[in-house]
Amino acid sequence: MVMFSLTPVLDVCTQQQEGKELTKEEKQRLRKEKKQQKKSKEKKDDKPSRDSEKEKKPASAASPAPQTPTQPPAQKAAPAPVPVPASETPSAADKPAKSKAELKAERRARQEAERASKGKKGDVGPQAAPGKPKAPPSELQPVVKRLPEHVQVDNPEVLKKLAKKLERQQVYGCAPNCCGCIPLRSDYGYKVSLFSHLHQYSRKAPLTQQLGIPSTVIHPAIVRLGLQYSQGIVAGSNARSVALLHAFKQVIRDYTTPPNEELSRDLVNRLKPYISFLNQCRPLSASMGNAIKYIKKEISNIPSQCKEEEAKRKLLNCIDCYINEKIVLAAKAIAKYSIEKISDGDVILVYGCSSLVNHILCEAFEKNRKFRVIVVDSRPRLEGREALRRLVQKGINCTYVLISAVSYILPEVSKVFLGAHALLANGYVMSRVGTSQIALVAKAFNVPVLVCCETYKFCERVQTDSFVSNELDDPDDLIVTRTGTTQLEHWQEVPSLGLLNLVYDVTPPDFVDLVITDLGMIPCTSVPVVLRVKNVDQ
Amino acid sequence: MNEEELVEYFRAQMRKDPDMASAVAAIRTLLEFLKRDKGETILGLRESLKWATDCLTGEDSSVAVSSGGELFLRFISLTSLEHQDLSRCKKVMEERGELFLEKISMSRTKVAKLCHTFIKDGAKILTHSYSRVVLRVLEKAAAEKKRFSVYVTESQPDSAGRQMAEALRKLNVPVTVVLDAAVGYVLEKVDLVIVGAEGVVESGGIINKIGTYQMAVCSKAHNKPFYVVAESFKFVRLYPLNQQDVPDKFKIYCDFHLFITTFSEHSWRSCWCRVRRCSSLSALTQTT
Repeated sequence: MVMFSLTPVLDVCTQQQEGKELTKEEKQRLRKEKKQQKKSKEKKDDKPSRDSEKEKKPASAASPAPQTPTQPPAQKAAPAPVPVPASETPSAADKPAKSKAELKAERRARQEAERASKGKKGDVGPQAAPGKPKAPPSELQPVVKRLPEHVQVDNPEVLKKLAKKLERQQVYGCAPNCCGCIPLRSDYGYKVSLFSHLHQYSRKAPLTQQLGIPSTVIHPAIVRLGLQYSQGIVAGSNARSVALLHAFKQVIRDYTTPPNEELSRDLVNRLKPYISFLNQCRPLSASMGNAIKYIKKEISNIPSQCKEEEAKRKLLNCIDCYINEKIVLAAKAIAKYSIEKISDGDVILVYGCSSLVNHILCEAFEKNRKFRVIVVDSRPRLEGREALRRLVQKGINCTYVLISAVSYILPEVSKVFLGAHALLANGYVMSRVGTSQIALVAKAFNVPVLVCCETYKFCERVQTDSFVSNELDDPDDLIVTRTGTTQLEHWQEVPSLGLLNLVYDVTPPDFVDLVITDLGMIPCTSVPVVLRVKNVDQ
Repeated sequence: MNEEELVEYFRAQMRKDPDMASAVAAIRTLLEFLKRDKGETILGLRESLKWATDCLTGEDSSVAVSSGGELFLRFISLTSLEHQDLSRCKKVMEERGELFLEKISMSRTKVAKLCHTFIKDGAKILTHSYSRVVLRVLEKAAAEKKRFSVYVTESQPDSAGRQMAEALRKLNVPVTVVLDAAVGYVLEKVDLVIVGAEGVVESGGIINKIGTYQMAVCSKAHNKPFYVVAESFKFVRLYPLNQQDVPDKFKIYCDFHLFITTFSEHSWRSCWCRVRRCSSLSALTQTT
């Protein structure tokens, strides 16, 4: 996808800036040479040991630019899922230790020479993107499968690299000796061993406390957004995406192209540190990842002869269109299809607070369907209360239970409507923790389970369990009970005690009977078809 | 072509060839309607074709007629209609229509050719009620000199199973008629189960004569392979979540040869069983 969109930009650039074009070509040639050198050295050396760290270092050094965490998950669609801990990457690349140091030195020397001659400053962001997708098809080298660093938290090497990367993402205008523009957020508390590869942050230590003043390096709209995410003020996949897009609109409005720079490339580079910052505040969701991809594509597609005002207007328009089409109109289309499935006398079970499911139920109620709703809720978020409030306000007959009572209440239920955080490429549904439990029990009672999801939440990732990639929320949320007593207050002092506050879980497609999207009603196994059609369209 | 002419043409087609599937007759009628249509715009043409399909569905409420009509419309529009004048577009659509008709007229033969290999020599087959596609498959298998025996369920209330048994006897195939209630008893003896379908729904399940669901559940319990043979025009855009979700119009069937108008509380043709997962409908119409 990135390759197709960036080649026209390259063509435009070649006409205007010969110097930069040479640099890009040279860099690609250099990369190819390096890889071929590595290959020949591999053949000479018969070292069989595959140390994961050694593989990771040349792999990360091979692409010279820092990459946002959203890109690696997206670009790993083709290789098979890698649900293994970080220490055993099953890659076939054999990189002996001694040649790596030599290669690195060579590469560094070349890069210094280039930099001196061309006087290039800052990131090589846009060049990495055409470089990277072009490199794998041209090289016959085995592809090194790199795990995204947000699932390698227990690996100190990766953490060090991440810290360095955040430091390197200097924003223009930031003083060169201003260290740690985007601070690395530290983990909090003891993590349950099965999930030790994930981040666990405390809500009481938001990232903004570690940001220096003046925080002009990060746009204030983004700082506010990050804070809203980390404190849970903006929650829910649609709400987060819309807030993100609005913040980006503000960024674009306040943006001015520096002299000798192109809007299409500079703006993308500006957005990278913001995205890293937001990722530190709270890991990005699949819908946000897709929205960011879309924006980056739109920005890169701005022709360079476009004036700044016009370009900004165009981008703001694009973002508005995206929100309108993918979220607002999609909700209307899904409501239209769902109403066919809601008949009079139905008892519908919903879990948690999904904006889409609430919208559907309100629409159906307005169309005079007679049904009643059972809202299932779970600690510690108790989001069901919000759903309950919205439905009761409309006048819908509701019942409220906690998830522990779900097998008691299910014989009464005729349908289950669930929302989704993302739909994975193998048909699995990623949603709030507890959803797979509801789907399982509903299957046991032969109650049809319907998942409602817009197509912009479809993601190319593949996951078969909830351990590999998840989000850990603040464990202190679990301390307070209904009666207000806090027996777990000193949980950190008990060495054998760990608190686990998972956010998401993954439901297999066997438990889901129907997925209602804005394209229609599809079975869960048709998600790859939709993704394929979407890619062809783009 | 107004409504009466349409219905009359349809009935004439059905009378001419009682062995033809009602959907094929419907598509022939629609093609004739297209040729005689005097519309001025492509959108108007589509609307009138949809109206014609609705008329025919009112006449013969089987699933295949409505699905066949819709697939016909999709097939003829699945081409570049960017010509300047309407008559050329119409000609293109008519040619596509003839092509579609030709393909589906051969569909039963194609199904028989593909399916007879599943019947091994010495096999014991269980089937349900009277299905012309299954009959064609068994004819082909018999022609390939395979020896097999067939159990047919009687399939009340119209005892269509007996009709099937008669036809099979003519082929010199040893056949036994069993009660609908005896399916569980006889399943341990059979090697495979083959049934036809009225319609194939989007979730991969099928709509068929009442009693098929029981047969499918029992064969799953006995781990016997359960095969469904259906022509591609029977793929319908429905997604029923359970038995109640199938629209009523598909559940009641008036056979205009026998003029049976009574129907009991237990609908005849409402039976939906999840046989195995099929790919989604959009993928299928690209191949037709």
